[in-house]
Amino acid sequence: MNQSENAIVVENLWKSYGNLQVLKGLSLKVPKGATLVILGRSGVGKSVLLRQILGIELPDKGSVEVYGKEISSMTESERYEAIKSMGMLFQGAALFDSMNIGENVAFYLRQHDKKIGENEIQKRVDEALTMVNLKGTQNKMPSDLSGGMRKRAALARVIVYGPNVILYDEPTTGLDPITAHQINDLILQTQEKFNATSIVVTHDLKSAAEVGDYIAFHDKGIIYYMADKHEFLNSKDPIISEFLANAILTKEYMKNA
Amino acid sequence: MNKIIELFAIVGDYIRLILKVMWLSIYRTPSASLIRDQMYDIGVLSLPVVAITGFSTGMVLAAQSFFQLSDKGLSSATGLMVTKAMMVELGPVLTAFMVTGRVGASMCAELGTMRVTEQIDAIRSMAVNPLRHLVAPRFIAGLVTLPLLTVFSCIMGIIGGYVIAVYYYHMTPNNFLDPLPAHITTFDFVSGLIKAFVFGFIIITISCYRGMTTTGGAAGVGKATTSSVVICYTVILIGNFLLTISMNNSYNCLMAFIDKL
Repeated sequence: MNQSENAIVVENLWKSYGNLQVLKGLSLKVPKGATLVILGRSGVGKSVLLRQILGIELPDKGSVEVYGKEISSMTESERYEAIKSMGMLFQGAALFDSMNIGENVAFYLRQHDKKIGENEIQKRVDEALTMVNLKGTQNKMPSDLSGGMRKRAALARVIVYGPNVILYDEPTTGLDPITAHQINDLILQTQEKFNATSIVVTHDLKSAAEVGDYIAFHDKGIIYYMADKHEFLNSKDPIISEFLANAILTKEYMKNA
Repeated sequence: MNKIIELFAIVGDYIRLILKVMWLSIYRTPSASLIRDQMYDIGVLSLPVVAITGFSTGMVLAAQSFFQLSDKGLSSATGLMVTKAMMVELGPVLTAFMVTGRVGASMCAELGTMRVTEQIDAIRSMAVNPLRHLVAPRFIAGLVTLPLLTVFSCIMGIIGGYVIAVYYYHMTPNNFLDPLPAHITTFDFVSGLIKAFVFGFIIITISCYRGMTTTGGAAGVGKATTSSVVICYTVILIGNFLLTISMNNSYNCLMAFIDKL
């Protein structure tokens, strides 16, 4: 993998909270336009890694480079500028309770694209909501929506401004298999439409196989193993094999993957 | 020892938040609509509770003053007692208490909930500084509305005192009002306003700080809200004492200096 082809380069990342050392020299590279799925047990720091990449938390040591810009050494205002081209789908959707769905989706545009008029904003909000099959929900409050609908609305809030890096924090956790499949489809559609570089953190191996180009296994604060999807799913490494064996993955699905 | 270090870290973190919010409020002022919404929430929606508090306190003050002073032939000081007490002490403190309970608690709970449900991270993820978007508008609105609410509370208190003195104890209106112009000074008015301004600063910064640093889910939000209210009340009471002493001493020094000239 050529260095210049990588959209995201994480080098020797260390992060602790009090006495708890979460990341212990983690490194990874994601090629431009590719989707990397990060698998791993609960509590190993997968979400923490996403927060470092997005720049909403700073690492204790190490570097995060996104499209050639070193996020971790920027000043606060430079970091906010760099984050403008990135988006994140949060585990619990994180829609703003005080705003309706339309206002949630329009939030970024109203904050940063001051030149575009209200009509253009409404048009783009409609397009984004249509893409996630939530047309007509603009005036609903987040509390009126189901878990799956909230995730889709949150995805609309990200795709409305077309970021070139999208981070997904457990996008299918807590959803029924059909809704989870819809979310996976939306991730793929988003990928196709924007050619964004994506990182998906999940426990869901089916989801990983559906959306990932590359799969990494995060264990004990480092990326233990990373390979393209086929290589990963057929890995003979004992820890990966154990993880795969314990995951719910039908033979049929493995064949398709 | 660890507790002391932890306390210093919290105070340092709190001061850093204050400095950042002050910088953002001055140099990157948040949008007028956000400030207007907060002024409506902190100011306009607090009017009924502040009015009731001010009015009833004024009535009680008048009743007690008249009862305590009339047998000593000092009943004509009732109006002055009510007005002075409302302007320099009870107006600012009681308004601050009411705003802490009504606004500070809800502010802390709202920001705390946003924090534990990752809404604040979502704001950051869209390249918006949450301090500028969430805290600075509350900060500006609090600093403007607290003095205004305090003035309103004082007026309601004086009206309450007037109603009781004139219509219940049958003082003449002149008897109640006449001593005021001679004895109510600019210093009384300014010291009340300074206190209200400082209390507004205390309420907003403590409530927002506790909200923005909430952890531990719903239980954490509950704990943060309770602690923010308790801390606000305590700091307001201690601050009131220190402000009273320092402003009175400053006033005496200033008067002595002017006399020398």
